Amino acid sequence: MRRATSHGRFDYRKSWHKFSRNYLSVVGLGVVLLVAFLAIFASYVTLYPSHAEFYVNFPEAREPPNWAHLFGTDQFGRDVLTRIVFGFRYSLMMAIVVLSLVVAPGVVLGLVAGYYRGGKVDMAIMRTADIFLAVPPLVLALSICSVLTPSVFNAMMAVSLMWWPWYTRLVYSIASSLRNEAFVQAAEIAGASPFHIIFREILPNCLGPILTKMTLDAGWVILIGASLSFVGLGAQPPTPDLGTMVSDGAKLLPEQWWISIFPALTIVLVILGFNLLGDGVRDMFSAETV
Amino acid sequence: MAEQLLEVNDLCVNYKVYEGLLRVLNGVSLSVGSKEKVGIIGESGCGKTTTMKAVMRILATNAVVPSGTIAYKSNDLLKLGRQELMRLHRTSMSMIFQDPTAALNPVFKVGEQLKDIVRYSEFTSNAPTKQEVKTKAVELLKSAALPEPERILDSYPFQLSGGMRQRVCIAMSLASAKDLLIADEPGTSLDVTIEDQIMRLLKQIVEDRGLSVILISHSIGAVKGFVTKLYVMYAGTMVEEAPTDELFSNPVHPYTQNLLKAVPKLTGGGVPEGIAGRIPSYLTIGDGCRFASRCRSAKESCHVHAPPAFDIGNGHRVACFHYGDI
Repeated sequence: MRRATSHGRFDYRKSWHKFSRNYLSVVGLGVVLLVAFLAIFASYVTLYPSHAEFYVNFPEAREPPNWAHLFGTDQFGRDVLTRIVFGFRYSLMMAIVVLSLVVAPGVVLGLVAGYYRGGKVDMAIMRTADIFLAVPPLVLALSICSVLTPSVFNAMMAVSLMWWPWYTRLVYSIASSLRNEAFVQAAEIAGASPFHIIFREILPNCLGPILTKMTLDAGWVILIGASLSFVGLGAQPPTPDLGTMVSDGAKLLPEQWWISIFPALTIVLVILGFNLLGDGVRDMFSAETV
Repeated sequence: MAEQLLEVNDLCVNYKVYEGLLRVLNGVSLSVGSKEKVGIIGESGCGKTTTMKAVMRILATNAVVPSGTIAYKSNDLLKLGRQELMRLHRTSMSMIFQDPTAALNPVFKVGEQLKDIVRYSEFTSNAPTKQEVKTKAVELLKSAALPEPERILDSYPFQLSGGMRQRVCIAMSLASAKDLLIADEPGTSLDVTIEDQIMRLLKQIVEDRGLSVILISHSIGAVKGFVTKLYVMYAGTMVEEAPTDELFSNPVHPYTQNLLKAVPKLTGGGVPEGIAGRIPSYLTIGDGCRFASRCRSAKESCHVHAPPAFDIGNGHRVACFHYGDI
C-alpha cells in the first residue's frame, strides 16, 4: 500500500524526485527557463535594445568581442549579444505557435484512427499521414516556404503543416493498443459513447508520451525554423532571428567569426536544453519499478 | 420453463487473420431464463469468452458473424443499432472480466470511473446531483462488501489489492446489470481464498438482486455450487447441456466424462490422467465432430459429420452420435 500522501491529488514532490534523479534534466530545465526569462524581458536585460531593430552604426561595425560588446558587433555595428537575446523571442514563438497549432489536430486524428483501427477512417487518416512523413521534413517546409512570401508567419505555417503526422502516429500506436484493453471494453459494456472512450479512457493514458514528445519537439521546431531563416525563407532582416544572424555572418567567416558562431552556439544550447528537459519529462512519466 | 431472457441460437463466429479464416464458434446455442444461473465450462481457448463477447457485441474488429441469432428481451442483439445497444449496456446487462487490473483505467481514481457509470446507468431520465451520484456509488461499493467505501473512491486502482479491485469491478457492473450479469472467470486471476470469497459474494448478490447470471469458468468446483444449469463447451461447440446435478451424476458426452475425471480428488488416487491431445487448430478444423481427434470412441463417421444436439430428457442435451453406447 502506498503512503496516504499519494492519495487524491497529483504528487508534485514525487514527480520532481523522478524528474531530478538525472541532474542533466535539471540543467535542461534551467537552460529553458533562462532562455524564456531572457526572451520575455529582452528589452530590460540587454544593453542595447535599439540594436534589435533597424539600426546602423558603421564606426563600431565588426568589432571583436570586448567588454562593451561581449559577443562583438556585426557588419552594421549592432551588438550580437543583444540580438541573440531578442532572437530567443522568435525561436520560442516559433516553438510555441507551431506546437499549439499541431498537437491538438495531430492527437485527435491519431485517437480517432486508433479507435476505429482497421477501418476506412483509420486507412484515410494514417495513409495521409504516411504521405506527409514520406517527404523529408525540411524539404517539405522549404518547398512550401518558397511558394509563399518569406516571413516568420509563413515559416510557422509551413512547419506546422508537416509536423502533425508525428503526433498522429505516436498517438495512433498507443491508442490502437489500448483499444483492446479490458478497461476500454469494460467502458463499452457500461454503455460509454465513442466520444467518452476516446477522450476519457484512451487520451489520458497517452498524455505522458505526448508531453514528452512536445518538449523534445520544441528543440527540433526551433532548429527547422532557424534552418528556414538561414536559407532566407523565414524571418527577414532586420528581424533578430538566430538563423538569419548565422547566415548573415557566414559571409564574413572566418575573419569575423563571432557574428555567426555565437548565434549558432546558442541554437545548440537551446536545443540541448529542450532535449535534456524532454528526457526529464519522460522519466517523470515512466512507471517506477516496483 | 421460465421466460427466456437471452437466447443464443446456432451462433458462428469467425476471425479473419493473415493465415486465413479461424472458424472459432460453430453453431453455439444457449438460453438463459430470467433469474436463472447458468454456467459454461470448458478448457482454455474453447470459445467461452468469444461467445460472451458476441453477446456483449465487443468482438474484435476482425471477427465476422456469418450466421446465428442472439435474442435478448425481444431485441435481436446482432442487428441492434448503436444507440439501442448503448441503452441496453447502460441499463440492463453487464460483464465482469477475468483480470480486474486490466479492467480498470489506470489513470483515474476508482470514484471517477464508478461515478461515470452510475451517472448514466442509475439516473437515466434526470440529471443527478453530485451528492446523489456519490451516495449511490458508496452504496454499490458497500454491496460489494468493500470496507471504507469513501477511501476506495479516492484511490487509484494500483493502490488496491487484487481482491478489492475485483470487488470494485463487481460494484461497477452492478450499476448497469439490472437483468443479466456475465461473469467471465471472475476469480481466476486471484488466489484461491480470495476467489472463494468473490464467488460467495457474487452468489449472494445475484440472489439478492434477482439477476440472471452466466458464469464462465474452467474450474468445475467453482461452478458446482453456484449454477443450476451447466453448458460444456469444446472447441467452439456446445457439447453438452444439463441441469448441474444431472450433469455431474450422469455425464454423457465423452468430453464431459473425461473432464470430470480430470479433477484431482483430495481423497487420493494420484494425479488424474487428463485428456490426451489438445484443441485442434481453428484454421484447419474440419466439418466433423470437433472432439473426434481426441475421442477414444470415435468412429469413421464422426470425422465426417458434426453431430446435432440430441435431447435425452430432463433438459439434458448432448452433441454426440454415440451417446448411448459410451
